[in-house]
Amino acid sequence: MELGKQSRRSTYQNVVGIIVLVVAVVAVGWLEIVQPFGLRFRDLTGGMVTFDTLIRIGIFTIVVVGLNLLMGYAGQISLGQAAFYGLGAYFSAIMTTLAIRHDVLPVMSRSWWWPWLAILGGMALTGGFAYLIGRPILRLRGNYLAMATLGVGIVLYTLFREGDNITGGSDGISGIPRLAIGEGLKLWPIERYYFLVWGVAILVIIIALNIVNSRVGRALRAIHGSEVAANVSGVNTTRSKLQILVVSAMIASLAGSLYAHFQALVAPSPFGFVASVTLVCMAAVGGLASIWGALFGVAFVFVVKEVLRARMHDLLHGAGGEHELIAYGLILILIMIFMPQGVVQGLTEIYQGWKKGRQQTTRARDKTESSPRYQLIDESN
Amino acid sequence: MSEPFLEVDTLCKSFGGVTAVNEVSFEARLGQTVAVIGPNGAGKTTLFNMISGLLPPDEGQIWLNGQRMDGNPPHKVADMGVARTFQNVQLFGNMTVLENVMMGRYRYERSGFIRSALGLTHQEEGQTRAAALRRLKRVGLADKAGLAAPSLPLGEQRLLELARALAAEPRLLLLDEPTAGLNAVETVRLAATVSRIRANDVCVLLVEHDMSLVMSVADWIVVLNYGEKLAEGRPEDIQNDPRVVEAYLGQENGNSAA
Amino acid sequence: MRQILGSTRGRTAVLIVAIVALIVLVLLLGYRKNFGPEHYAQLAIDGIRGGSIYALIALGFVVIHSVTGIINFAQGEFVMLGAMLCVTVYHAELAALSPLSPPLKMLLAVLLAVAGTTLIGALLERFAIYPARNRRAPVVALIIITIGATIAIRAIALIIWGTRPYFVPAFTTLEMEDLTLRLGTLIIKAQSFWIWGVVAVVLVALALFFERTIMGKALRACAINRRAAQLMGINPSRMSLLAFALAAALGAVGGMVLAPATRPTYDMGLMLGLKGFVAAIMGGLLSYPGAVVGGLVLGVVENVGAGVTSAGYKDIIVFVILVLILLFRPRGFIGGGEQAVEEA
Repeated sequence: MELGKQSRRSTYQNVVGIIVLVVAVVAVGWLEIVQPFGLRFRDLTGGMVTFDTLIRIGIFTIVVVGLNLLMGYAGQISLGQAAFYGLGAYFSAIMTTLAIRHDVLPVMSRSWWWPWLAILGGMALTGGFAYLIGRPILRLRGNYLAMATLGVGIVLYTLFREGDNITGGSDGISGIPRLAIGEGLKLWPIERYYFLVWGVAILVIIIALNIVNSRVGRALRAIHGSEVAANVSGVNTTRSKLQILVVSAMIASLAGSLYAHFQALVAPSPFGFVASVTLVCMAAVGGLASIWGALFGVAFVFVVKEVLRARMHDLLHGAGGEHELIAYGLILILIMIFMPQGVVQGLTEIYQGWKKGRQQTTRARDKTESSPRYQLIDESN
Repeated sequence: MSEPFLEVDTLCKSFGGVTAVNEVSFEARLGQTVAVIGPNGAGKTTLFNMISGLLPPDEGQIWLNGQRMDGNPPHKVADMGVARTFQNVQLFGNMTVLENVMMGRYRYERSGFIRSALGLTHQEEGQTRAAALRRLKRVGLADKAGLAAPSLPLGEQRLLELARALAAEPRLLLLDEPTAGLNAVETVRLAATVSRIRANDVCVLLVEHDMSLVMSVADWIVVLNYGEKLAEGRPEDIQNDPRVVEAYLGQENGNSAA
Repeated sequence: MRQILGSTRGRTAVLIVAIVALIVLVLLLGYRKNFGPEHYAQLAIDGIRGGSIYALIALGFVVIHSVTGIINFAQGEFVMLGAMLCVTVYHAELAALSPLSPPLKMLLAVLLAVAGTTLIGALLERFAIYPARNRRAPVVALIIITIGATIAIRAIALIIWGTRPYFVPAFTTLEMEDLTLRLGTLIIKAQSFWIWGVVAVVLVALALFFERTIMGKALRACAINRRAAQLMGINPSRMSLLAFALAAALGAVGGMVLAPATRPTYDMGLMLGLKGFVAAIMGGLLSYPGAVVGGLVLGVVENVGAGVTSAGYKDIIVFVILVLILLFRPRGFIGGGEQAVEEA
């Protein structure tokens, strides 16, 4: 059965991908800790991409994987995902700083497991919020859903910015403690935190890949393909859409908490409209209907930004960050023109076209199950 | 005679000021093929949409296997063993041919979110894939299983949608103009498949304009006109009923334009 | 409760109740600040001024969306470009311009600003949108292209103009100090009349364009049914170009007439664009008159709300409105909105 082989091949590909990723993460981490011959990660990239950036890539990958599940698979647009990210960050920040400052639950709030509890609490809170908001909003379609999520995102952002007493207003909350396991194992300095972040990221990727290749994932894609047909096939589309919204919100909240303990400071600006849009761009650049696309999209955007910043700095003798933004905008445009399905799909097609040219045999078009061809019919009338 | 599987009782539906369905009642039994015919705009698709749960009726009742189903959402109706095809083919355009049919097996799969997230679904996936592939073989599309669904020509897309519906092993199958837009060869192929379904104790409800297909396949015909039931009976009786001839058959003379 | 929320009529009723409740809330908050009717009137008048700009921006959204289905995230940048180009031309120290008197200079600045921005809009369409559509890019990709354009345009603006606010003299006096009129207790700056006047002229011109010219009718046809329009021989790619050029022009007009009233900065486009978009949604995203009314209403509500609470909450008010509308009446208030907004 050729198709049995095909699905086994795609599972095989995913497993290989995970192994490669784990090896890469461990290798870079080891490099940074041991520093053989005095080398560090940033030396490998000519000083352009730092270790710090790798952690940010990890955190954003977590958010974008959730976003991919929501947008790419279930087809529900979210232009407010950064707000969920922010909810997690602020919840962790508030619970670990203000609680101590105001002496709330003094014994518990100073223990090592309190921040972890706060992370879980943040996920529950954000998930609950997404559930409440999702029930009415998910009735909407397409552009309208996008705008509703945009509105919710901006409302939350403005609350972050204006909530002086609780959220610290525009200055935010500082002094967020580092995470630790038990009394002894502090997850700092940065090399240790790197392993935590990427451990979580890899776990999230694995879970997402599992979902995608299962009945739930198929139901999500069905909703995206034709919600009516999904309904009459027995899929409770309302519940499924809500489920995946809540899951993606909880994932974003988790990433937000990790960010809070990384940055030690939480201010409103990373959680606004621009951030939400950046997340969508990362997802789209990588490939919306592809979990690996999330990883590539985030990495691609970060690396491009860093490289541009470094190069522009050299080329234009210390000019500010504006030039890199122009190039960044142009690159976004070019990618969407030439690889509208995202980089992962685009490169896969180039590779397959190259292979086909070499073999000169006609083969049935091969579609791997985990990155389906994304046929959006442009009939938004 | 066995109890009816489907009972439709004085169903009414209006949109704005327009009455689409007006007090329509009829029954259908397992193993029976009932054709619903009538001129365009007679309310046939609206009727289907109400039976499959996509539209709540304004008045009236729908009974499936003795249970009242009107007003229930479509996925609950599907759980009662109802499957359908659509007038405008509703394939999952972002999936392959095989995956489309696999969606038909959704009711029979059991994995929820947790099991899926933990990656424990391999066995179920294998079973679903095998069942779907068998279904594809029976409609003759097995060689195209890996292709993207929208790449098929219309005739095969309709077959695919039918395969998906059949994969759900329904007890009531609703077919909404399955031969619309098909050429003669494709029509024959589809008609053959529909005939094979009859043998399986399935209740088939068929909306069709192709009269030769209707006459050859249907055990019972319900005629709608302007949202009302004009007549119902065996094919030979309907063919000769003067009211039907006047309202519908007489004007179009056999095969009507879809 | 579900029953009420389920039906359109029920939802409209809930919406009306919500609006009444909001009005009561506003009045209560205003009472705390000792607001008399003259305060509300002043807030409303100022709100209409901002609302007129939102109306223009909203029209731009509707034009592009109705023809291409794209949400043009760069719409706000057209406004910014209109304002900034006007500033630059007016203050340009060119020998060729020195013999011109200030009014002529202003006129030239205005014309060049609008023309320049229209050109940029057309170029954006030709070089970014058109190649993507030729490759059958999905709508998401097209939207992201407009996002990329926004980023690039704003960055270029930052380089050229920096972060400082600029100053353009008021049209009436051609100096920094504008004429203020007093109508009873109301204080209205002369520039406001320019804004209203320009917007009115634009609306009339647009209406004539849509009613009397072939191209205008073709654009309307696209808004009503894109497929059918295509089948009637209307060239979608040319319509797309026209839509972008027109939307850019509309944005630029808004920008240049707004420039004397607020101090243009390189990043003024973002919020303006978003709010103009909310206004467009209020009109259902496909209705021109709806967009205008939406803009005006939005401007008033935003200003009154900010007046009774505080300036920082301006954005919240606008977007809460957006969310409420989408939840309760997504087809917008006025005009024929999109059909398949929700599931059956």
